[in-house]
Amino acid sequence: MSDLIVEEVPAQAGGDLALVAASPWRLARRRLLRNRVAMAMAGLLAVIVVLCLLAPVYAHDVAHTDPFSSNLDGTTIVNGKSVPVMESSTQGLGLGVTPIGPTWDLHHYFLGADGQGRDVAARLLYGGRNSLLIGTSAALITCILAVLIGVVAGFFGGLVDGVLSRLLDVVWAFPVYLLAISLSTVLISRGFSLGPLHLTSGSLLLPITIIGLVYIPYVARPIRGEVLSLRRREFVEAAIGLGASNWRLLWSEILPNVVTTAIVLFPLMLAIDMLTEAALSFLSIGVQEPKASWGTIILDGQDVLYTRPAVALAPGIAIALTVLALNVLGDGIRDALDPRAKLRRTD
Amino acid sequence: MVRNRRALLAVVAAALVAVVATGSSGATAQSHRGGTLKLLANAAGGTLDPQVNYTLQYWQLYQATYDGLLAFQKAGGAAAFNVVPDLASSYTIKNGGKSWVFTLRKGIKFSNGRPVTVNDVVASFRRIFKVKSPTAGGFYSGIVGATACLKTPATCTLKGGVSGDAKTNTVTINLTAPDAEFKFKLAVPHASILPASAPSSDAGTKPIPGTGAYYFASYDPNKELVMKRNPYFHQWSQAAQPDGYPDQITQSFGLTVEAQVTAIENGQADWGYDFPPADRLNELGTKYAAQTHLTPLTAFWYAPMNVNIPPFNNLKARQAVNYAIDRNALIKIFGGSKLATPSCQVLPPGFPGYKPYCPYTKNPGSTWSAPDVAKAKQLVAQSGEKGAKVVVISANDEVQKAVGVYLASVLNEIGFKATAKAISGNIAFTYPQNTKNHVQINVQQWYQDYPAASDFLHILFGCESFHPGSDSSINMAGFCDKAINAQMHQALKMEVTSFPKANALWSKIDREVTDQAPMATMFTPKHLDFVSKRVGNFVFSKQFYWLVDQSWVQ
Repeated sequence: MSDLIVEEVPAQAGGDLALVAASPWRLARRRLLRNRVAMAMAGLLAVIVVLCLLAPVYAHDVAHTDPFSSNLDGTTIVNGKSVPVMESSTQGLGLGVTPIGPTWDLHHYFLGADGQGRDVAARLLYGGRNSLLIGTSAALITCILAVLIGVVAGFFGGLVDGVLSRLLDVVWAFPVYLLAISLSTVLISRGFSLGPLHLTSGSLLLPITIIGLVYIPYVARPIRGEVLSLRRREFVEAAIGLGASNWRLLWSEILPNVVTTAIVLFPLMLAIDMLTEAALSFLSIGVQEPKASWGTIILDGQDVLYTRPAVALAPGIAIALTVLALNVLGDGIRDALDPRAKLRRTD
Repeated sequence: MVRNRRALLAVVAAALVAVVATGSSGATAQSHRGGTLKLLANAAGGTLDPQVNYTLQYWQLYQATYDGLLAFQKAGGAAAFNVVPDLASSYTIKNGGKSWVFTLRKGIKFSNGRPVTVNDVVASFRRIFKVKSPTAGGFYSGIVGATACLKTPATCTLKGGVSGDAKTNTVTINLTAPDAEFKFKLAVPHASILPASAPSSDAGTKPIPGTGAYYFASYDPNKELVMKRNPYFHQWSQAAQPDGYPDQITQSFGLTVEAQVTAIENGQADWGYDFPPADRLNELGTKYAAQTHLTPLTAFWYAPMNVNIPPFNNLKARQAVNYAIDRNALIKIFGGSKLATPSCQVLPPGFPGYKPYCPYTKNPGSTWSAPDVAKAKQLVAQSGEKGAKVVVISANDEVQKAVGVYLASVLNEIGFKATAKAISGNIAFTYPQNTKNHVQINVQQWYQDYPAASDFLHILFGCESFHPGSDSSINMAGFCDKAINAQMHQALKMEVTSFPKANALWSKIDREVTDQAPMATMFTPKHLDFVSKRVGNFVFSKQFYWLVDQSWVQ
C-alpha cells in the first residue's frame, strides 16, 4: 500500500486525460467520498455520535433532569399543567402506576419516563455514549490484538503459528455469545483483580475487555491467512533477497498490506460489538445500574412494554440505525480500499 | 290461640324454607363438582416432597393433598389462623407443656389405599430430620432426641421424643421445653404425615401418597403438575380438610407472566402463580375488576443491612437509609397504593404483637408520612461513611430489580456511592445469607410461616438465626443484640402461660429492633389473585392464600 499508483484523472483544462501519481490512501479516500450511500451513513453516524456527546448538555440545560436518579414522586409540565411523572390509576380497583409517555416536548420528558420515572430521552443519549464507547474500545482491542496475533502467527509460522492458532481455535470453539455471557456472569458479579489491576463489577472496562477479547479469532484468522499469502508474494521475496530483517519485512511489507483488512473490519466489528453489548446489558451482565446503555434501556423498557413501548423502541431504533450506518460505511470502506472485491462481488 | 296457630305456621314455614334451602345449596354444591382447574406458573417450584419444599407455590397445593396431626383451618379471613385437629381427632398437653398426646382418627387412608397408623406418624417425624427438612433445626429442634437427629440424620430415631401406641391409637411427642408455638409448627406442610414407606431422602419429582382430598398424579417440572381426586378420601373435618370441587387441578409451567395474564383473560387458564406484571395492573383493575381479588398479607418487604461490615456497621448509616427511603415511591414500583401500605417496623398490621410504630418519617409517630432526606444526609455525614461504596443486591425480577435500582438512587442521593446489582431469583434468597459474599444491603420479603411474632422477630433478627459462612443464615443483617435476644427468649417462654403478655413484650422488641435498624422496612404488601371468569367461590386463607380446591370451575 505504500507504493505509488499512477491514476488517470481528467485534466484541469480541456478535458484531456492527465497522468498523476496518487497514494493508495488518497485514492481510497476519493473512492469513499464518491460513494454517496456510504457518505450518507457516515453523516448519520456522525449525527448520532454528536447527539450522544451532547447528553450532559441536554440533560442539564434543556430537560433539567438527572437521568440517573429515580423520580417516582416527581412532576413535569404537559400543556402548561403539572402532571405526575408516574401516574397512579384511579379507575376500577385503582391498580397500577404508569410512567408518563412521550410528550414530544424537549424540555419535559420528550420520550417519556421509564419505570423509575427517569427521562428516557436523556438516558438514551447517555446510554448511547456508553454503547459507542464500549463498541469502539472493544473493536479497537479486537483489531489491534488480532493484527498482532495474525501477523506474528502467519509470518513466523512453525511452533509460534501452531501455538497461537490453537489458542484461537479454542476461543473459536465456543459460541461467541455463550463465551461472552459466561465471562460476564463471572466477572460482573465478582469484579476482576490481577496484580495491581482491579476492575470493580460496575466498571465499563469489564464489558469492553470481554467483548474485545471474544471476537479476536474472527479477525485474527483472516489476517493470518493473508499474511501467509503475502509471504509468498514477489515483493516480499525480493525484500528477503535484498537482506531485509524480519522486523523490516513485518513493518514495511506485511503490516501495511494487512492493516487495510483491519480497517475494513473495524466498523463491522464496532457494529457487532455494540450488538453484543446490548445483548449483555439486556441480560443484566453488561453495563450496570445506575449507568445506562442502549441495552439496559431496552431492558428497562421490557417492564413497561405493554403501556409505554417507546421506552424499549427508542434505544432499539438507535441501535438499528447505528448498526446499519456502520455496516454500510464498512462496506464503503472495503470497496474504497479494495475495488477489486467489489468487482468480484458484481461478477 | 290465634297467636299460637300463627306461631305454628311460622315454624312450619321456616322449617320448609330451611329444608328447601339446604337441599338447593347441597344441589348447587354438587352441581359445581367436577371439571379441571388450570393453574399456571412461570417455573416449577422444585421438589414435590412436602417435608422438603419451602415454597408458597407448593405449600398452597399441599393444603389439598397432605395433612398433619393438626391443621390451619381451611377458611377465609382471620379464621385461617385457627389450628384445628386434623389426622388427630383430639390432643392433650401434659407435663407442663412438655408432652403432647394425640389420638389418631380411624378410617383415614393414604391415596395408595393404605390406612394411616401410628407407625406412619412416628416415621414421618423421623423423616423430617432424615430428609434434612429446611425447618428441622428451626421448628422441630425442641423435640427430645432432635439434637442427635440433627447431628446424624440418617440414624434418626427421636428416641424419647416421638412414640406411638397402636393399641390406644395415640402418638406422644415430648419436648425439651414447653413451646406455645408447637401447634403452629405441627400444622405446616413440613409436619405432614406420610406413609412409613416414604423414601428417607428427598423424593424430588416422585409424588409421595398423602391423605388429602387430592393426590399428585404426575409431576414433570418442565411441563406440568397434575392433581386428581384421592379415591380413598372421605371428609372427616370440614375445618381441617374439606372436600374439593374440581375433579382435577393442573399447574402448567413455562409461560411468561405476561402470557399467563393473557391466557387467563382469554379463559385458557384459571389462575397464575406469579405476580402480574406492573404494566398489566391497570388493565386488571379496570377491565377485569370482578376477576381480581386483593387481600392484605401478613408479610413485609425490607432491605436487610449487614451490621457487621461497612458502611452499615454504623447505626447512623442504617438509620439514614430508613429516613431517606420514600415508601410511597417504593409502593409505586410495587403497583400503587391499593397494593401495599407503608411501614417502618418488622411486625405487619393485624399480626400478634403489632403496635404501629414509625420513627423514620418527617413527623415520627405511629405511621409513615414522608421521607426526611435532610435528616438522612445529616446522619450520613455524622456517621463518617459519606462516599462509602455500596452495592444493592436484588433478585432480577421486574419489581425487586426496580426496588434495588431505587434504593441505589436514594443511597447516592444521601452521600453513598451506590450501584444496583440484580442476581438470579434462584440465589437471591440464599446468596445474601452467606457472610462470605459480603452483601451490604439487599432486597427481601418475608411472609409468615405461622401467626406468631417470633416468626418475624426471632427468626429474622435473633442471634440463633445468624450462622456466619452458611447459606442458611436467615438473619441476613447478622444482627445479634444480646439484650434484645434475651427479651425474645423471655417472650417465647411467656407465650406458654400468656400470649397477651408475651405479645406486649414482642411489641417492645419490635420497637427496639426497629430503632437499631438492621433493616429498612419498606411496606406491607397485598396479594393479588387474578382468576378466570369461570372460577367461583374464591376463598383466601391468610395462612396459605387461595384455597384452590375450594373454588369451582363449573
